[in-house]
Amino acid sequence: MKVLVAVKRVVDYNVKVRPKSDGSDVDINNVKMSINPFCEIAVEEAIRLKEAGIAEEIIAVSIGGAQVQEQIRTALALGADRGIHVQTEDSLEPLEIARLLKSILDKEEPTLVITGKQSIDGDHNQTGQMLAALAGIPQGTFASEITIERDHISVIREVDGGLQTVKLSLPAVVTTDLRLNEPRYASLPNIMKAKKKPLDVFTPEELGVELSNHIDLVGVEPPPDRQAGIKVDDVDALVDKLRNEAKVI
Amino acid sequence: MSTLVIAEHDNRELKPATLNTVEAAKALGSDINLLVAGKDCAGVATAAASIPDVSKVYIADNEAYEHQLAENVSLLILDLAQQHDAILAPATVNNKNSMPRVAALLGVSQISDVISIKADGIFKRPIYAGNVIATVKSNDPKWIVTVRTTAFDACSAEGGSAPIENLEVIHDAKLSSFVKEEVAVSDRPELTAAEIVISGGRGMQNGDNFKLLEGIADKLGAAMGASRAAVDAGFVPNDMQVGQTGKIVAPDLYIAVGISGAIQHLAGMKDSKVIVAINKDEDAPIFQVADYGLVADLFEALPEFEAKI
Ligand SMILES: Cc1cc2nc3c(=O)[nH]c(=O)nc-3n(C[C@H](O)[C@H](O)[C@H](O)COP(=O)(O)OP(=O)(O)OC[C@H]3O[C@@H](n4cnc5c(N)ncnc54)[C@H](O)[C@@H]3O)c2cc1C
Ligand SMILES: Nc1ncnc2c1ncn2[C@@H]1O[C@H](COP(=O)(O)O)[C@@H](O)[C@H]1O
Repeated sequence: MKVLVAVKRVVDYNVKVRPKSDGSDVDINNVKMSINPFCEIAVEEAIRLKEAGIAEEIIAVSIGGAQVQEQIRTALALGADRGIHVQTEDSLEPLEIARLLKSILDKEEPTLVITGKQSIDGDHNQTGQMLAALAGIPQGTFASEITIERDHISVIREVDGGLQTVKLSLPAVVTTDLRLNEPRYASLPNIMKAKKKPLDVFTPEELGVELSNHIDLVGVEPPPDRQAGIKVDDVDALVDKLRNEAKVI
Repeated sequence: MSTLVIAEHDNRELKPATLNTVEAAKALGSDINLLVAGKDCAGVATAAASIPDVSKVYIADNEAYEHQLAENVSLLILDLAQQHDAILAPATVNNKNSMPRVAALLGVSQISDVISIKADGIFKRPIYAGNVIATVKSNDPKWIVTVRTTAFDACSAEGGSAPIENLEVIHDAKLSSFVKEEVAVSDRPELTAAEIVISGGRGMQNGDNFKLLEGIADKLGAAMGASRAAVDAGFVPNDMQVGQTGKIVAPDLYIAVGISGAIQHLAGMKDSKVIVAINKDEDAPIFQVADYGLVADLFEALPEFEAKI
C-alpha cells in the first residue's frame, strides 16, 4: 500500500521565539528551522510500515515556500521514496492546508495518511482531522500504536483518561502522538542518496485549489511576565511560606 | 441566533470543563444552548439544564455517540450548526478530535485553544508553546472555537432550569468503531480541575518513586501530573503529562519535583497561581518561574515535606 506523510517546516523546538518589535508577527529571522517533531514521528512510522513489508511506497508532502524542500529532503533521507512540494508563499491556515492535501489524496489515492497531531508553531491540532473530514474517511488521532490488519487499521489513542483503541476502515488518516515511536537519524550516505530521489512541485492552481483567507492575524504580544520568586533554605521554610504567606495549604 | 456549547462528560457526569466553556460563551452575548451527545447520558443532560444562563439543552442519546467517535459526533454537531453562529467546545481530547471535522465540513476555520473572546470575533490564543499570544480575527460566517478552560472561571452549576430537547437523529458514519479503553481510575481530583497539582519528572528515577508524591497528594487533596520525560520513560501513564502537547493546568498551587522546566513543560503550568519547584540543580530553568524554590535532593525533601504538612 501507499503511505502519504505530511511534513511541516517549523521553528526548531529549542528556539524561544519573540514578537517583532512592532507586534505584527513573531520574529523568525535567522532562527533554526526543522521538521515538526510530530511529523518526524509520522515519517518514522511510515518507514517502519515499509520495513515490515506493509507499505510499498512512502510519499512525503510539504506545503510552503521553496525552503520546505529541505524538510522533504530530510524525509527522503530518512526513507521516504519521493516528495511532493506544494509551492505557496503564505503561511496557510489548517483548513487550506487540508484542502491542498485533499487534492494530493485525489491524485495519489494512498491507503494511509500520517500527519503530526500538532504543529509546534501554530499549535492548531487540526489539519489531520480536517483532511479526514474533507476526504470522508476515518481518523485515528493522537496515536501511540497502530496495527494494520487486512482492510482496516487499529489505533491506540492517547485520550484524556488514558488509552482508547479504535478500529478504522481504510483509507484512513492517523495523527501521531509522542509515544508512537522514537525517530531515527538520517545517515550521511542516505542524505546523499536523498538528493537523487524524485521531488515534484505543484502550485495550488495546478492542483485546482483556490485558496482563501478565513482568519486575520491582528497582532502578537509576549505572554504576561512571571517574576521569579525566592529560594527557600529548607523544607521548614517552604511549609511556612505555603501556609502563612501564600496560604495555599 | 445563538451559541452552541459542547458539553464534556463521560456519560455519567458533566465535567467542570463545560462550566468554563459556558462562561467563555457569555462574552458573545447571545443565547447559549448545550449539546450532550452520548449513551445513557440523561443524567448529564439534567445536570447541564441546571446551569444558569443556558437556554436549551439538546440530548442525543445513542450508541453511535457513546465513545465520542469523531466521525459520528461531527455529523451530529453539523446538523445543529445551521441554527448557531458560534460553536464552542472545551479543548479536551474529545473536542480536539471532533471539532476540526465540523469546521472542515462547514468550510470554515477553527480557532483552537482561545484564552479570550470578544463579541466582534476577535480571539486571543497562545502559539509557540505559549511564548507568544496571538490576536486573530475571524472573517468566517460561523465561529468554531475550542476553549482553553484554565483561562476562564467556571460559571455556577446550579440554579437554572433549561428545557431539554431530544435529538432523535442517529449519525453512524460506519467508518470507525470503538474497541476498548484503558482508563485510569483514581480517587484523586481530575488533573485539569484540581486546586493543587504535584508533578514529577525524570528526577523521580522510576515509577515506584512516584509513591513519594502520592503520600503528599493524599494529604493535600492534590492531583498528580508528570513531565513528558517521566511519561516517555514509562514511570507513569500518558494521561498525566502536563505541557504544550499534554494537559494544561492552572491550579492554586503547582509543585514541580525533579522537573527541569523546559518551555514545553512550562507551557502547561505557568499560569498556576503559586509555583513550587524542588530540584537539586540550582540553575534549573524551573526556578525562573517558581515562587518558592527549594534546592534539594528530592529523596530527602519529599519525606520531610510529607511529614510536615
Ligand atoms: C514536540 C515536543 C513536545 C513536548 N511536549 C512536552 C509536554 O507536553 N510536556 C513536557 O513536560 N515536556 C514536553 N516536551 C519535552 C521537553 O522538551 C523536556 O524534554 C521535558 O519536559 C523534560 O522533562 P524533565 O524536566 O522531567 O526531565 P529533565 O529535563 O531531564 O530534568 C530532570 C530534572 O530533575 C532534576 N533531578 C534529578 N535528580 C534529582 C534529585 N534526586 N532531586 C531533585 N532533583 C533532581 C535534575 O536536576 C533536572 O533538572 C516536548 C518536547 C517536544 C520536542
Ligand atoms: N504546511 C504544511 N505542510 C505539510 N504538512 C502540514 C503543514 N501544516 C500542517 N501539516 C500537517 O498537519 C499536522 C498538524 O498541524 P496543525 O494542524 O497545524 O497543528 C502537522 O504535524 C503536519 O503533519
